[in-house]
Amino acid sequence: MRAILPFPRLSLMVFLLWAVITNAASLGQLVLGALLAIVIPLLSRDFWPAPPPLVRPWRALRFMGVFALDIVTANWRVARQIIGPLHRLSPAFVEVPLDLRDPFIATLLGSVVSLTPGTVSIHVDQQRWVLLVHALDVPDPQALIDEIKERYEQALKEIFAC
Amino acid sequence: MSTATEFIISALIVLGALFVLLGSVGLARLPDFFMRLHGPTKATTLGVGATLLASAIFFSVQDSEGISLHELAPLFFLFITAPVTAYLLAKAALHRRSSGRNSGQPAPKSKQLPGQH
Amino acid sequence: MLNAAIEIAFVLVAVALALNIYRLLVGPDTTDRILALDTLGINTIALLVLYGISSNSTAYFEVALLLALLGFVGTVALCKYLLRGDISE
Repeated sequence: MRAILPFPRLSLMVFLLWAVITNAASLGQLVLGALLAIVIPLLSRDFWPAPPPLVRPWRALRFMGVFALDIVTANWRVARQIIGPLHRLSPAFVEVPLDLRDPFIATLLGSVVSLTPGTVSIHVDQQRWVLLVHALDVPDPQALIDEIKERYEQALKEIFAC
Repeated sequence: MSTATEFIISALIVLGALFVLLGSVGLARLPDFFMRLHGPTKATTLGVGATLLASAIFFSVQDSEGISLHELAPLFFLFITAPVTAYLLAKAALHRRSSGRNSGQPAPKSKQLPGQH
Repeated sequence: MLNAAIEIAFVLVAVALALNIYRLLVGPDTTDRILALDTLGINTIALLVLYGISSNSTAYFEVALLLALLGFVGTVALCKYLLRGDISE
């Protein structure tokens, strides 16, 4: 089993993606998708880092729901800041110290932070484990650090157990 | 197509286009590169996402074809790539600033610009 | 109602494209121009999807998908060039 499917989650993603792109139009397309789901991970197996185990899939689903809502509210906030008076904004670089120690999860956290609360992640320092973010408006950097750590990092650590 | 679904699709389209516009307003209006990065990474991504969602609903409720989900592929792709683009552009900008090749760039408005990364 | 919504959206996205072109021309730095180009590409996807809805055709979907892929690869290549002075590693 491991010889055919070295990365089951990746295979599932490829299969679902193919089904979505082709609208699952026919059985033939699904068979082709299954073939691709086997062949592509086998051909690209050397490129992938060892993925951390996904221990709480249901927590992951809930996190995705929270994340989707956060994207909308964060956009509302950013929209008001973009239209509003610019001199009231106080942009800053903020360093968020990380508790997690996995490069993949750190990247995931960086992406989540880029899409949500008025911040763009710029650098993950893997020596000091610090996430450097740029925020559009931070009156209180410590509050932002706490928000990122509690809302996203904690959840990701629980989901992937690292 | 019922009136309710038409309303949902129309609302998604207009809201999506509004967010696309907001992202570009941010890009054109904000004074510093790192601030400009925020508009396109968040507002534009959400705007295009809403438009794609409207398209998925529209083609799903058309009678001739079956359910249409293939708009989800570019939607996921955009949400995955937007942070990567922002990250790479920010790195390139920091690199250029630290190596002093930013001709004509005013001093950064952002506080405490970190050094070499 | 749908047609009116699409018309409004066309106008909004067109203004957005004009703003992107403004940033593309003004700069001031190369990274600003790359960001403007990337945004231009993503906004074009929105425009294509809207056009697909208004002309009731799914043919534009593949164009939108390819534009997303190529736009991303192009932006990454340009950023790599700025970072290293070279595209390949």
